[in-house]
Amino acid sequence: MKLKHILTLIALVATASAYAAPQSFDFKDPKGVNNAVFKTDAPLESINGSANGISGTVSFDPEDPSATTGKITVTTASLTVPNPMQNGHMHSDKWLDAAKYPEITFEAKSLKNVKTEGDVTTADVTGTFTLHGVAKEITVPIKLTYLKDKLSARVPNLKGDLLVIRANFVINRNDFNIQKGQFEDKVSGTIDLSLSIAGASAK
Amino acid sequence: MKRILQILALLVVLAAGATWLVTGANRGWTKTSVAVKTLDPVTEIEGITYQKKFLPGVDLLGCAAAVAVVLAGASFFFRNNKQAQTTNK
Repeated sequence: MKLKHILTLIALVATASAYAAPQSFDFKDPKGVNNAVFKTDAPLESINGSANGISGTVSFDPEDPSATTGKITVTTASLTVPNPMQNGHMHSDKWLDAAKYPEITFEAKSLKNVKTEGDVTTADVTGTFTLHGVAKEITVPIKLTYLKDKLSARVPNLKGDLLVIRANFVINRNDFNIQKGQFEDKVSGTIDLSLSIAGASAK
Repeated sequence: MKRILQILALLVVLAAGATWLVTGANRGWTKTSVAVKTLDPVTEIEGITYQKKFLPGVDLLGCAAAVAVVLAGASFFFRNNKQAQTTNK
């Protein structure tokens, strides 16, 4: 009888700790849907492009979203604009220098103003944004959507959860030494960024 | 020769203008691909892929106009056939 109680207690503790433990979500999307969109103003038309070379991991606890941490990486070479000349200029050493700085990263360190309603959490995340070799601490608003047991709906025969992260924020290229103070009449200093990514945590 | 160059200049402008109009009169720069958005039903993320498509922009019109100006300008270095014949007489 005693042994039964002990086993039950162990099972309860194990179950509780399993639920309390943060999950690790992998953002290397096999479907290639994850993307970062960027937009900046230019005289003739705004320059719109996107990047899909996204990877990284995020630690997320559905019971405590405020403890979320992680790092998202975007491959610089995956940034694409529809005009081939602009594309070449963007990747060249004059602008992003994709050969020297192959990655753009954001490492989340802390969350503030965390509000959770159902599966959706909104917060202001503070972390280190690294672009063009310059690391800068920034705070951006994010929306986290936890989709429990939805991994199999995307990847058949794979059970687990999904975490969708959305963020919209603005950076200034001058802060990252990208043609600092140059060509502002041709390419605006401010760049709008929009991140829409989904990560998977398989069970 | 004068007339041929002038006709060529006109044809270049008309061909570029017609191509620009037929492909959607893109008032931006020339593009060689277009973004195609697809909605992921589970995550509701709009995925973006690029399809190869040539979309001439105003830069193509500008180039065509420049070529036409050069052709038309070059035509002034040639005399009219009638003028040349009259001079020879």
